[in-house]
Amino acid sequence: METTSGQAPVIRVQGLEKSYKKLEVLRGVDFDVARGSVFALLGSNGAGKTTVVRILATLLKADGGTATVNGFDVVTQAADVRESFSLTGQFAAVDEILTGRENLVLVAKLRHVKDPGAIADGLLDRFSLADAGGRKVSEYSGGMRRRLDIAMSLIGNPPVIFLDEPTTGLDPQARLEVWQAVRELAAHGTTVLLTTQYLDEAEQLADRIGILHGGRIIVNGTLAELKALLPPAKVEYVEKQPTLEDVFLALVGDTSKDGGAGDTSVGAKE
Amino acid sequence: MNKHFFGDTAVLLGRSLRHITRSLDTIITTTIMPIAFMLLFVYVFGGAITTGTGNYVNYLLPGILLITIASGISYTAFRLFLDMKGGIFERFQSMPIARSSVLWAHVLTSLVANLISIVVVVLVALLMGFRTGAGVLAWLAVAGILMLFTLALTWIAVIPGLSATSADGASAFSYPIIFLPFISSAFVPTATMPGPVRAFAENQPVTSIVNAIRDLFTQQPVGSTIWIALAWCVGILIVAYIFAMAAYRRKIS
Repeated sequence: METTSGQAPVIRVQGLEKSYKKLEVLRGVDFDVARGSVFALLGSNGAGKTTVVRILATLLKADGGTATVNGFDVVTQAADVRESFSLTGQFAAVDEILTGRENLVLVAKLRHVKDPGAIADGLLDRFSLADAGGRKVSEYSGGMRRRLDIAMSLIGNPPVIFLDEPTTGLDPQARLEVWQAVRELAAHGTTVLLTTQYLDEAEQLADRIGILHGGRIIVNGTLAELKALLPPAKVEYVEKQPTLEDVFLALVGDTSKDGGAGDTSVGAKE
Repeated sequence: MNKHFFGDTAVLLGRSLRHITRSLDTIITTTIMPIAFMLLFVYVFGGAITTGTGNYVNYLLPGILLITIASGISYTAFRLFLDMKGGIFERFQSMPIARSSVLWAHVLTSLVANLISIVVVVLVALLMGFRTGAGVLAWLAVAGILMLFTLALTWIAVIPGLSATSADGASAFSYPIIFLPFISSAFVPTATMPGPVRAFAENQPVTSIVNAIRDLFTQQPVGSTIWIALAWCVGILIVAYIFAMAAYRRKIS
């Protein structure tokens, strides 16, 4: 499933492999992300989503395969790659002892942008944190913290943002706040690579969804394409469209039985 | 070297210094143990210890300062560990900055934090009767030795700070270092110790460093002692730096 636009993909991952000791986490991961789109990497805990993000973020070296971000190779042009993205979420934290504003100023200074203070104030406004800007982050709620985290990633206008499990551990209200923030990012033309274990999150936010299972992307497509993989709904007494959850569990269930070898045997059970 | 190295290090140093000034209690805590030792040895054991000098506080202070640093660097390891565990270290590493700035900011912060603790301990010692006729040059020499010692121990602290799996593990390494001055000339003259203990005491780094600082404070000629002390500091510094950088490379690759 190639990108439909004529432009080169902003993220291109080919044959990515990574093992921890004998545990093969990634066994040839391939996917492209088109510029300006939201791509969700969906998978269960331990599927290797974070490993993919860490490799793309130049924090981890792959054992095999290649990955480029914004046209730069993550190994040979790591410094250029780091100019091109921001990482936020599960493993990229905010500083709890500093205030929200100080966190933003810190990142602005490290990204060498002009007038860090004004940028910080602008982002506090945009993410409804203006009142909380002078308070220590340790006093923030989970939702405020993630919003601050996302605001920090916008500094310097990187073309790509990696959101690693942005809503894990958040309450429903905070999740909605983060979703709103992600939609705004997409509206500004930023390319977003999102990892999540929540199916509805992918359904809500993503233009395309890749399901990572058994160390490979077993399916990659739009929500409509993914739904089409299952037989169409039968009309009995009620009509029931398969949800993404049905699709996911059917796909994952299939491949786990035959050892992950059957990339194409999706939904062929009936 | 990245063109932003100094700027980025300064920004990150500012961040760590904010951490310190917002939790001054952690620095005060590191001075409690050395001050307690000082009180204990001066007012409880001191009367029974013969050092050949009139003022036992004067005799004791150099060793207490080394204990202060040894206790202070456990917080260096702890601060680094928290950054590793909390994920902010990875955030910095994923940004377009001079990557080693993250580590250097911690090292410089350690120097500042230990300087504050040392000033606190020296002030308490002055209250307890510490007196010296040392001139500016001698004080500068003392400050230089202490700074080099702090730097050497800080690079040791970086190793568990980067690789520990728990907060306790990150700071436990400092206990043997805190204990080292007890088997040295810091509290009693080594001449009273039995053979093997004396041999160890006289040939371990703390004794030469303590003696050099003591000679500077009492305006004695320092002779070769100070060079032995400096050699120990530089030697520890280089070895610790090599191991710390190896641990660092393991973390970022």
